[in-house]
Amino acid sequence: MKADIAFGQYCEGNSFLHRLDPRWKIIFALMYIVALFLAKNIFAFGLVALSIVLLWALSGIRAGILVKGLRPLLFIIAFTAIINIFWLKGETPLLPENWFFQIYLEGIINAVLIVLRVMVLVTGTSILLTYTTTPIALTDGIEQLLAPLAKIKIPVHEFSMMMTIALRFIPTLIEETDKIMSAQKARGSDFSTGSLTRRAKALIPILVPLFISAFRRAEDLATAMECRCYTGGAGRTRMNILHSTWRDAVMLLILCVFVAGIVLLNIFAPGYRFTM
Amino acid sequence: MSAIIKAEHLSFAYQGDEDTPPVQALKDVSFEIEEGSFVAILGHNGCGKSTLAKLLCMIYTPDEGRLYINGRDMTADDVEEKDIYDARRRVGMVFQNPDNQLVATIVEEDVAFGCENLGIPSEKIRKRVDEALDTVGMRKYARHATHRLSGGQKQRIAIAGVIAMRRKCIIFDESTAMLDPGGRKEVMDTICRLNREEGITVIHITHYMNEATMADRVLVMNEGTVIMDGTPAEVFSRCGELWEAGLDVPQTTELLWKMREAGYDVRLDIFDPEECAKEIAKAIAEKR
Ligand SMILES: Nc1ncnc2c1ncn2[C@@H]1O[C@H](COP(=O)(O)OP(=O)(O)OP(=O)(O)O)[C@@H](O)[C@H]1O
Ligand SMILES: [Mg+2]
Repeated sequence: MKADIAFGQYCEGNSFLHRLDPRWKIIFALMYIVALFLAKNIFAFGLVALSIVLLWALSGIRAGILVKGLRPLLFIIAFTAIINIFWLKGETPLLPENWFFQIYLEGIINAVLIVLRVMVLVTGTSILLTYTTTPIALTDGIEQLLAPLAKIKIPVHEFSMMMTIALRFIPTLIEETDKIMSAQKARGSDFSTGSLTRRAKALIPILVPLFISAFRRAEDLATAMECRCYTGGAGRTRMNILHSTWRDAVMLLILCVFVAGIVLLNIFAPGYRFTM
Repeated sequence: MSAIIKAEHLSFAYQGDEDTPPVQALKDVSFEIEEGSFVAILGHNGCGKSTLAKLLCMIYTPDEGRLYINGRDMTADDVEEKDIYDARRRVGMVFQNPDNQLVATIVEEDVAFGCENLGIPSEKIRKRVDEALDTVGMRKYARHATHRLSGGQKQRIAIAGVIAMRRKCIIFDESTAMLDPGGRKEVMDTICRLNREEGITVIHITHYMNEATMADRVLVMNEGTVIMDGTPAEVFSRCGELWEAGLDVPQTTELLWKMREAGYDVRLDIFDPEECAKEIAKAIAEKR
């Protein structure tokens, strides 16, 4: 259990996307999502498919990783596809009329497009946010984007500090869980056999020491932070200031062209109108 | 030279809950610490060393007595948040468990944390962080993840965080306790260098006697009070009292003490094994 959650699914790299400002990346991801839901016909979807290839090319990430990222979604994808194929009533039946069920061409097109949308949605936002941005950079980005909300007393800094500390301590706590589990195993507890309730009960001797130690750590950490003059967000500066560069401008331009393209194709391209 | 820390008759008790009685952790503790000195504090488990350190860092306030940091009376009635903040900028602390004092996931961000709290502009923090990492010899780990470092390396990062804040005085509360001999040497070398080269006042709480012999001055605590105060040579030559307080003495001192009990005329204030061997050889030769 040596999961390196502090880095999440981040892929080390120095590509165009890696070097974008995290604040902009969050905005880009939102724009991208909106654009995906704007796409209404096959031509617009062609552009969507093209966009994911472009994102992949700009990220320098191996395609295998992206495919792996889709695997957990396999069930949802299959499910939406089947629902669309069998339930959607269209105008062009594909099977002889006297069959006990019917499939329409529109249903199949719809299914393909929806699956494409889900896949592009997940892969695109992952490329932008998780694969090319460290969780820390992301937290910083969110904090700075939401900074104006602090004026209406929303504790933005506190939330981002909590995130930072959580990211810092997750590996430590995982290591600790490992140790406690080994210690309990050495005393003869058994986590892997028996009924579900039995196994759940076997977890109690792990959770209790884990919680106690987490509280002790929290107290120590609070003392240490106080000693280092931490008094909350007010008056605090940062060493790493986020900088927007020409890359962010280029990316913004690309995305604007993308959104405009989709809107125009929706309006002017002929053909089937997608119903979802 | 002026005293950076001056304690007069400090007392402190942990207030118990409903069913636990209060614990009198410190009783009438007085001492002065000169700027630029290297002071070791010794004492058995639970004698109040950490409590004292936390008082000096303003985490607890003393029940009785006066505490002056850099000449300012921190126990006066008119002490505000700002004064406490000011004192914390002067006196920093490195704790025992390296895991529980690092805040950020990336080494340089953790070192920068204190400076960021002080509101220092970005470029200056950058410079200080680089310098601090150089001082502890960890510059090449600047972009590493903190949780992947070894214990000794983590502790050096914690020290870098304190140095970067340009503190005049650093308290090390058993900062070497969780380290192996290699890690301990790394950290002790860093501490000694800070004291000698940067002129930082060091208060080093430890259970290792050989670390205490590196200090200019040793305070020995027992049951919440200071029972001995002097140079390592003075303190360790009073072996009997140290043993009574539940403490060890350096191995060389113990050996020399036993020699003396056996009737040899040896000095007790020698901590270097080589010199100790010479002293014993001399004493044996004289006796013949
Ligand atoms: N948070 C607390 N609440 C109540 N009592 C405490 C607390 N922390 C410490 N004490 C008690 O105060 C006394 C002094 O503790 P302190 O931690 O200062 O000892 P120490 O000299 O640092 O010991 P060690 O060498 O084990 O670190 C002990 O008797 C301890 O039980
Ligand atoms: Mg202690």
